[in-house]
Amino acid sequence: MKTEDLIAAIAADNQSRGAPMSRAFAVDLGAGFLVSAALFFATMGLRPTFFTSLGDPRFVFKFVFSLTMAASGFFLAWRLSRPGADPGFASKTVFLAPILVLLASLAEMAATPPSLWAARMIGHNAVHCLLAIPAMSLAPLAGLLVALRHGAPSNGRRAGAAAALAAAGLAATLYAMNCPDDSPFFLAVWYMIATSIVVGFGWLAGGRLLRW
Amino acid sequence: MRAALAGDSLAYKRLLTALTPFLRRICLKACARSGMPTGDVEDAVQETLLALHLKRHTWDETQALTPWLAAIARNKMIDAARRRGRQAETDIADFEDVLAAPGDADAFERELDRRDALRLLDQLSAKQREAIEAVSIRGESPRDAARTLGVSEGALRVSVHRGLKSLADLYRKATER
Repeated sequence: MKTEDLIAAIAADNQSRGAPMSRAFAVDLGAGFLVSAALFFATMGLRPTFFTSLGDPRFVFKFVFSLTMAASGFFLAWRLSRPGADPGFASKTVFLAPILVLLASLAEMAATPPSLWAARMIGHNAVHCLLAIPAMSLAPLAGLLVALRHGAPSNGRRAGAAAALAAAGLAATLYAMNCPDDSPFFLAVWYMIATSIVVGFGWLAGGRLLRW
Repeated sequence: MRAALAGDSLAYKRLLTALTPFLRRICLKACARSGMPTGDVEDAVQETLLALHLKRHTWDETQALTPWLAAIARNKMIDAARRRGRQAETDIADFEDVLAAPGDADAFERELDRRDALRLLDQLSAKQREAIEAVSIRGESPRDAARTLGVSEGALRVSVHRGLKSLADLYRKATER
């Protein structure tokens, strides 16, 4: 096919166009999150002390942490969804959540006697955390990957990993509403491991699925 | 590009025509760097144009157009290089005498291209194939083509769009193997 012919064909096709990126992100991620939220309330639900714990800074920090993670992953995935976009500042925000949990852990060290540290870190049910967070991140991750496929990330792996960070953050937010362990030590170890699993998966999935 | 996105097909055509030399230059440079035969450049340019078309909703109107275009071209060049990595290249210098039949070889190659294209077209649904044949190959205006095929103009445009998209997919699959 000659290039001029292709140009003519393309120009004739100008009327139909993909939906704006913002709508793709909102719809696909929204749908994914709803699936996970439904899954959460169907199988786990809020912990009995949910409302009484809202005054506990440790409990509230869990959500600060997980929502920071979700927001920074989303921000980065959004920036990486277009060809040639410079992620710039967005790529630095992913360090925000780990820094927060580190600072909170230092505060926790100051506030609790060392004899309690190990027990708080191991928590009540670490395996549950390692299974629940990746499981609940699947639907939002799928939604974000669909949105990213609608876009055109220059680097599929990085975009996939960013999407996974956002999805893990949302899953952690849901899981934290049920999880009985509130110590930053627990977050720093188990939530971070669970997130790393999801991010690794997103990296691999992004490399395969986000080619265009 | 803004006018094109607003629906001005003529502006779009002008823009694509004006962009082609720029894209060709990017692709040529990338080819030279990766040691690809310059014969593949035009393919890469066309793939870039098609990708630009199918992904034009990803251009942020507040950003410069050039980095966006360059990134698309780069992506397509990486694809091309990856494909080439899987193909065994044979140096044709040894067969020069056998192959040197300029007029014939050219016609032969065109015929091959045509067959490849037709084979890809055959894999589309009847509706998409007819639409593409009418608009892209015979060069009819969407309105005329829609009338001949007995569908609404909008429906025809959708068929052309989906057809182009499936062709891009098919082409990628065919060449990746």
